[in-house]
Amino acid sequence: MSERLSVFKTYKLFIGGKFPRSESGRVYEVTAATSAADAAGKGNWLANAPLSSRKDGRDAVVAARKAFGAWSGATAYNRGQILYRVAEMLEGRREQFAAEVADAEGLSKAKAAAQVDAAIDRWVWYAGWTDKIAQIAGGTNPVAGPFFNVSSPAPTGVVALVAPGESSFLGLVSVIAPAIAAGNTVVVVASEKAPLPALSLGEVLATSDLPGGVVNILSGRAAEIAPSLAAHQDVNAIDLAGADAELAKELETAAADNLKRVLRPQPVDWSAAPGTGRLLAFLETKTVWHPTGSLGAGGSSY
Amino acid sequence: MAFEYAPAPESRAVVDIAPSYGLFIDGEFVESSGGGLDKTVSPATEEVLAEYTRATAEDVDRAVRAARKAFEKWSALPGSERAKYLFRIARIIQERSRELAVLETLDNGKPIKETRDADLPLVAAHFVYYAGWADKLEHAGFGPDPKPLGVAGQVIPWNFPLLMLAWKIAPALAAGNTVVLKPAETTPLSALFFADICRQAGLPKGVVNILTGDGSTGAALVAHDGIDKVAFTGSTAVGKQIARTVAGTRKKLTLELGGKGANIVFDDAPIDQAVEGIVNGIFFNQGQVCCAGSRLLVQESVQDELLDALKRRMSTLRVGDPLDKNTDVGAINSAEQLARITELADSGTAEGAERWAPSCELPSQGYWFAPTLFTNVTQAHRIAREEIFGPVLSVLTFRTPAEAVAKANNSQYGLSAGIWTEKGSRMLAVADKLRAGVVWANTFNKFDPTSPFGGFKESGFGREGGRHGLEAYLDV
Amino acid sequence: MADVTASDGTLRRFLHGLPGVDPVGLEARAAALGTRSIKTTAKAYAIDLAISMIDLTTLEGADTPGKVRALCAKALNPDPTDRTTPRTAAICVYPDMVATAAESLAGSDVKVASVATAFPAGRAALPVKLADTADAVAAGADEIDMVIDRGAFLAGRYLDVFEEIKAVKDACRRPDGSAARLKVIFETGELSTYDNIRRASWLGMLAGADFIKTSTGKVAVNATPANTLLMLEAVRDFRAATGVQVGVKPAGGIRTTKDAIKFLVLVNETVGEEWLTNQWFRFGASSLLNDLLMQRQKLSTGRYSGPDYVTVD
Repeated sequence: MSERLSVFKTYKLFIGGKFPRSESGRVYEVTAATSAADAAGKGNWLANAPLSSRKDGRDAVVAARKAFGAWSGATAYNRGQILYRVAEMLEGRREQFAAEVADAEGLSKAKAAAQVDAAIDRWVWYAGWTDKIAQIAGGTNPVAGPFFNVSSPAPTGVVALVAPGESSFLGLVSVIAPAIAAGNTVVVVASEKAPLPALSLGEVLATSDLPGGVVNILSGRAAEIAPSLAAHQDVNAIDLAGADAELAKELETAAADNLKRVLRPQPVDWSAAPGTGRLLAFLETKTVWHPTGSLGAGGSSY
Repeated sequence: MAFEYAPAPESRAVVDIAPSYGLFIDGEFVESSGGGLDKTVSPATEEVLAEYTRATAEDVDRAVRAARKAFEKWSALPGSERAKYLFRIARIIQERSRELAVLETLDNGKPIKETRDADLPLVAAHFVYYAGWADKLEHAGFGPDPKPLGVAGQVIPWNFPLLMLAWKIAPALAAGNTVVLKPAETTPLSALFFADICRQAGLPKGVVNILTGDGSTGAALVAHDGIDKVAFTGSTAVGKQIARTVAGTRKKLTLELGGKGANIVFDDAPIDQAVEGIVNGIFFNQGQVCCAGSRLLVQESVQDELLDALKRRMSTLRVGDPLDKNTDVGAINSAEQLARITELADSGTAEGAERWAPSCELPSQGYWFAPTLFTNVTQAHRIAREEIFGPVLSVLTFRTPAEAVAKANNSQYGLSAGIWTEKGSRMLAVADKLRAGVVWANTFNKFDPTSPFGGFKESGFGREGGRHGLEAYLDV
Repeated sequence: MADVTASDGTLRRFLHGLPGVDPVGLEARAAALGTRSIKTTAKAYAIDLAISMIDLTTLEGADTPGKVRALCAKALNPDPTDRTTPRTAAICVYPDMVATAAESLAGSDVKVASVATAFPAGRAALPVKLADTADAVAAGADEIDMVIDRGAFLAGRYLDVFEEIKAVKDACRRPDGSAARLKVIFETGELSTYDNIRRASWLGMLAGADFIKTSTGKVAVNATPANTLLMLEAVRDFRAATGVQVGVKPAGGIRTTKDAIKFLVLVNETVGEEWLTNQWFRFGASSLLNDLLMQRQKLSTGRYSGPDYVTVD
């Protein structure tokens, strides 16, 4: 008996809940890492990933903006349920992602599986934050006057994420989940050399009740796509996690044009407990004043 | 009405009730060390639903020891692992919610509309919310590394059996405690079904223990030396007894007790919505709600208009078979409770208040009380001061905001209040002055796991729900 | 209540003095009534009642006499396989199709309703609107569905809106002294707030509306359970205040039996059986009828029907 010939998957972008090829028609070759230290990916051919263009980025921003109203307006409970659903759906595809991460990062099967497990648990962690972040980041303020005064966090808007280059999946999840947990919508530039786990994540997100456009995933050259996202006037914030120092400076400079909120790249241990930094990074604080006054014209001070 | 709704009963077939139940101790159903069996009946029909075990002091001891043993490992688990157990429980509750809704309606007598649309969604949401806290305790504002208390003894009432279980168990487990919970004697079934949910979720043995029984079981649990925490929801009288019992011990105590909520309607209220809020405030769950808006305080200038609208609305309430999906008001939970409601309502008439109820045909079997309104009620009447815990609304009037606040606060209780006005500053000023733990403005009887609930004064102390609800189960 | 409309000032004070509407509470009440479970005999009753309340509507630029005649045939005989099916209340068409409809429906109890007053935008001079109305009445319309001037309403020119409705009401009179019934469309989706809808309802009723109607069906948000509940409360309160009964017509977006029954429940539990007749409650709809017919067939045969078993008109 001859060995069965496998069916290859065509990896596609994830924009607006759909799976288009790059509008440019371009792809680039993705190869396996032979070890964790193999940054170039000297291993076997894995797939041809879409080489996204600036126009793909533009389409993704349009999709993210369109999704923002409903996603930011959804109840925190509803967002939490959906993020937890992502964890449930990922758990069922644990083996697939472990294999993709092993190839992408040159890890042993066990180590790759641990990365995937941590990524699943990270969705659970952020699922629990959706209805709590306001309780630790907001509150009433005892102003010296007859006013009720309350501060509450509000999502910033459309966030561009340059995903970490090395941690192709756990790092990726660690930047996406907090941004959307807070109510933002995102355009993600996946790890350039290891985009396949990110593109597969799109398939999970598409089947997790996440509304189309909340997460949009692009593969390709960060140096090509990210600058136009950083300069885009309808993007409100940018996370530079995966940008090198030179690119980060260029992007932060471009971001200044409409005063995007910028999260600079910093050394992160993606396997450590994440804290609330990335949740708070893309939240605005809104403070509302309202008079209280006394009970009657007679100045009753019951 | 020409448009008569045909009966639309929810199917009982989704629930499989066993003839008899033991006690859930250390992960399995066991027989009592000698306690007898009691019956739980459907209040709508007086049909016996099942027999359950009356746990003895010895059973309590066994359960507390199981919980103590389980505490070691449970509290040592990473919070993220406890979180996943609680998420599992939440999801299983969501999956089995129709079954549990029917069960709750059978055992409690409340309409399926409420168990389906209120109780069960809130139960699941409560587990979801506290699941999320389990791995975030250091962010909750109680210090960098807050510790659980140990074993919690929890005693819950019959008005929201599964919801009160959720309010007790979810935060306790999230914080790393283990629990021994006693459901009310007239509504033990949903807690026993919850034991099965713990099994499906793979919850470690002994983390949750369910002891059925009567007041003596509850008293034995509260008095047991091996527990570190007592949480009680029920009457103020029993709450005071528990406070005496735990005096001088290390046991941390939270109490959620009675109320006599004032629902204050100003002349600029959104009148149609106010009427809905008044109806929801007092007839939701047959008024058997500690935070019910049982005192309507209406501004004299809109009294006639409001009462006409309220009576018209009350006439459309559909009283009857709780399993019918169109029933608005179901059965009173027990003969004992019905007798208490009847006695207090009769006192209203005797003391000179004017009684009104829409004409409605009550079933001949079961425990029923028609939605009832008393006007010409004064602060001195028993029905203005005592908690009736039934579908009986006492209407009082006021002339100014200051008078409304004075009357609202003139109560030993301080659990809830409502304010109806389109003027924001008046709403906030009145809310500021009310001595009540929950104040609803232009709404009533709203609950959410993120929102703390609990009373001032003799309505108890401690808060359930929200970030604040964690404090009751942490060593802070 | 004549003094209320004595001047712009009195009218404004009256309308702004109506009780406010809390949107969350209103929508919650409408949604709660939407959970009523209407089964078996109640469902059969509701389906036939709903069919009898439909203003079967075609308001397309592409309408032709042939299309209108087909729709009239449908109104007269909605289900050719079951002659016990009730007729619809009316046919609703543009003014230039009224004569065709009147001819097709002659001798039946199915009414001819015509939109008028430069429907749907209402952006025309008053004489044009009045001529539009008079033309439809002269051609045989039993009922006129006018649109209010939303621009004037939103700008606070309430008396202008009031006077215009009164003028159209006058234009509904026939030489013999009888009159077409006037339905006043608010275009609730453009009025945008519930407070506005309550004010518009009272304004329309004070001006003599026989019916108040939610929408044209030509904008994004048309009839909803909440705005219809609010208008039902308004006709209830108006009758209590004046003794005058006014009908309600939700229009646009009601496509399924389930939806229609929810509206009937709103009527039943808000204003009661006095409004549960096509004299006082209508549905402005087109595709709704076929869904009602399929559900009706399901109740009588026990099996689900399909679109091939009702007529396309």
